[in-house]
Amino acid sequence: MKIAKGPVLWVVRRAIILYLTVVLAIYITIIVANMGGFVDEIIKAQLLEDITYQVKRDPEYRHLPPEELDKIIREKYRLALKMRGLDTPFIIRSFVYLKDGLTLEMGRALYLTSDSGSRQVKLILLERLPATVLLFTTAMLINFFTHLLGGLYLSRHYGSKLDKIVIALAPTSVIPGWVYGIFLILIFASWMRSVFGWGLPYGGFVDVPPPEDPIQYALSVSKHMILPLLSWFISGLFMGLYGSRTFFLIFSTEDYVTVAKAKGLPARLIEWRYILRPTLPPIITSFALGLIGSWGGAIITETVFNWPGLGQVAYAAIQAMDTPVLVGFTIIYAYLLMITVLILDIVYCIVDPRIRAQFR
Amino acid sequence: MSTVAGGEFSAKAIIKELLSYKSGLLGVGILLVLTALSIYIVVAIPYNKAIEMWRGSEKYWIDVPRYAQPVWIKYFVGKNLPETIIIDSRKGPGVGIYKAITPIHGTDFKQVEIVLSFEYNYDDFPSEVNLFFYAKNYTSPPLVKIYWEKPDGQKILLKTYAIKKPDAILFITIDEEITRTLENFMYSVTKKETEEYIPPQAILFAVDDESMASMKTIKVLKSGSKYYRLIIKGIMQGKDADIDAKLVVYGKVYGWAGTDHLRRDIGLALLWGIPVAISFGLSASLITSILHLIIATISGYYGGIVDSIIQRMTEIYMIIPFLPFLIIISAFYKIDIVILLVVVIVLSIFSGGIKSTRALVMQIKSYPYIEAAKAYGASDLRIILMYIIPKILPPLIPGLIGAVPGFVFLEAGLSFLGLGDPYLPTWGKVINDAYSNGAMYKGYWWWLTLPSLMLIITSIAFALIGFALDKIVNPKLREL
Repeated sequence: MKIAKGPVLWVVRRAIILYLTVVLAIYITIIVANMGGFVDEIIKAQLLEDITYQVKRDPEYRHLPPEELDKIIREKYRLALKMRGLDTPFIIRSFVYLKDGLTLEMGRALYLTSDSGSRQVKLILLERLPATVLLFTTAMLINFFTHLLGGLYLSRHYGSKLDKIVIALAPTSVIPGWVYGIFLILIFASWMRSVFGWGLPYGGFVDVPPPEDPIQYALSVSKHMILPLLSWFISGLFMGLYGSRTFFLIFSTEDYVTVAKAKGLPARLIEWRYILRPTLPPIITSFALGLIGSWGGAIITETVFNWPGLGQVAYAAIQAMDTPVLVGFTIIYAYLLMITVLILDIVYCIVDPRIRAQFR
Repeated sequence: MSTVAGGEFSAKAIIKELLSYKSGLLGVGILLVLTALSIYIVVAIPYNKAIEMWRGSEKYWIDVPRYAQPVWIKYFVGKNLPETIIIDSRKGPGVGIYKAITPIHGTDFKQVEIVLSFEYNYDDFPSEVNLFFYAKNYTSPPLVKIYWEKPDGQKILLKTYAIKKPDAILFITIDEEITRTLENFMYSVTKKETEEYIPPQAILFAVDDESMASMKTIKVLKSGSKYYRLIIKGIMQGKDADIDAKLVVYGKVYGWAGTDHLRRDIGLALLWGIPVAISFGLSASLITSILHLIIATISGYYGGIVDSIIQRMTEIYMIIPFLPFLIIISAFYKIDIVILLVVVIVLSIFSGGIKSTRALVMQIKSYPYIEAAKAYGASDLRIILMYIIPKILPPLIPGLIGAVPGFVFLEAGLSFLGLGDPYLPTWGKVINDAYSNGAMYKGYWWWLTLPSLMLIITSIAFALIGFALDKIVNPKLREL
């Protein structure tokens, strides 16, 4: 299949616009962080530490008296500041930081370390990213398909008892997943353990020690995912069903659906071709918005379930006041949002004929 | 999807119709109760006093048990769980208090005897036992012997103790010497060595037979019509010397919401959390809704370059990570709840809600009565304020009310991460305390569930009202 030029250009243009937005978001982050001088302090302290270490280890300087050494360190420090443009006014300096931020070269963490023992902010954060993406993409996919299919079912059985129950329970969805999570842990981990002697894990990613066998490992991870997934499932369920049911009901009163019905087409065909197909773009939008929302909600849920993702690192960084990690965390989130929106754009381009039509 | 609603709305009509829905009535009812409770707590324990009580733990809470469950749990477990017993000789003479001071003739020494008696008819052991001394005007530290007498007649010399400070505290159930004495006492009763650890408070209150040797068989010795006694006998030096003692037998239940690791009454934070949560949620929602309304109206009405700038801004705001931003701001600047409110509002000025309102404004802009207004020369400001905003306001009200829970949970979530207001006791903070003290693993269920329930009740009330209002102002939803 030949790929058309138009859509590719369109996606590239979108990507550039989104990237510029991310640059702006990161720049704002740096301004916010440096209003209290936090970024300056981090960078300077790390430079000084590096130089001191370097000079003290250097055999060339070994026999010098401490005052001489001190002088050399200070001179090198001054030069390093100058070299990196850190003796300049804040406006210029902020762009130096922006470059560092965009490439995630946030230097070293003050207190936290990655599981592999590194203190590079980049490694600490990137190491945690897969866990977050795994948990919340799974949660969103489960929710998405449940709401979609459940909503279709309810719109078919409009006015039934089940339909009424779902409507009545819709307000429960204002409660976020992490609050349900607290109750789920208390019931399925604490209470079950005290009554039956066995319960689901309180939290975490995998059993300790982790199983060697990959299948066992995967099973152990899934066991740990049950409660977090369940908490998000319950939290989203009724509002999601109610929303998509109402949405389908509105669309099923469109004229072309009535015509299809009058033609005597089978119900399932009407559902797929006349209701689902044209409503796909808004459905995908709502999925993507949900995914974006989930990246934010993940921070607290991960803390509740002790899930070793980005959110939990953020919590640890808040507790330890680890500034570089917090700044890096915000930057990673901006990137995550950007990628989500970009993927949404591409999918949109595929499913929405109106957008494709622009390039004809 | 929302269209301009059919009829005109007056506030009175909306409220009347709202109450005709069962869910709306329930929501309004809950909200009224919560408001009444907020007014009560703010009047009964004003802001400064509440903060002082929540932060100055020792002073207010020393006679309160640690990790106590709520009192009403008694009726669920079917066991009479112990409440705290306080006997203070300064309050005597009275029931259970005996105090005698006899000067020794020819010296400035005095003999003192204090007996504190109490009944104990609970089904479980206390959580802790402490003895507080209040000694005055002594010239050398008073020396006392402390005995424990059980209702079955067993008498144990717990310790010989020199009161070196005017406000000395003897932690009976922690003191090493007393623990050893009690273990020896237990061996003398059971006549066998045991590996199992029996806490001192259990030995103090157990039936004196072999059952004492294990926590599985140990039984509480109920005093019945007799008494438990703590006897303090000793001498002190000083002409005006005086000594008093307060025995606190800490229970396992306290108040309607239990206590935390610092002995604080969780009920205080739960009640104070109501006005904090409601005012934060409502004002955040109200202000952002008004700002959205204004921005969307400007964007939709004027169009052109203003519109496209505002549209681009909403797209930028979509990428800005809201919660991480809020986290770094509150972590770096240690902001209080009012500044947090401002930051939240600034961060949500250009969020998604603008788009649908803008579409609504564009729709109304083409209505004949707006054209008529333009024709007779009405100014833009007049058209916006008098003709457009009143028309789009009703459909926005459900959203306003419905957004409150989101902000309530946002504040709770930030407090849960340890970033909330540094002074106020709030629900999120209680959950955070519970979490960092391992409430989940140790079974302190009330510490987590009660603040979570408060959050749930409050947000459900707003959600119910929001849903009912939605049906009222968007009649299309009513048919579905």
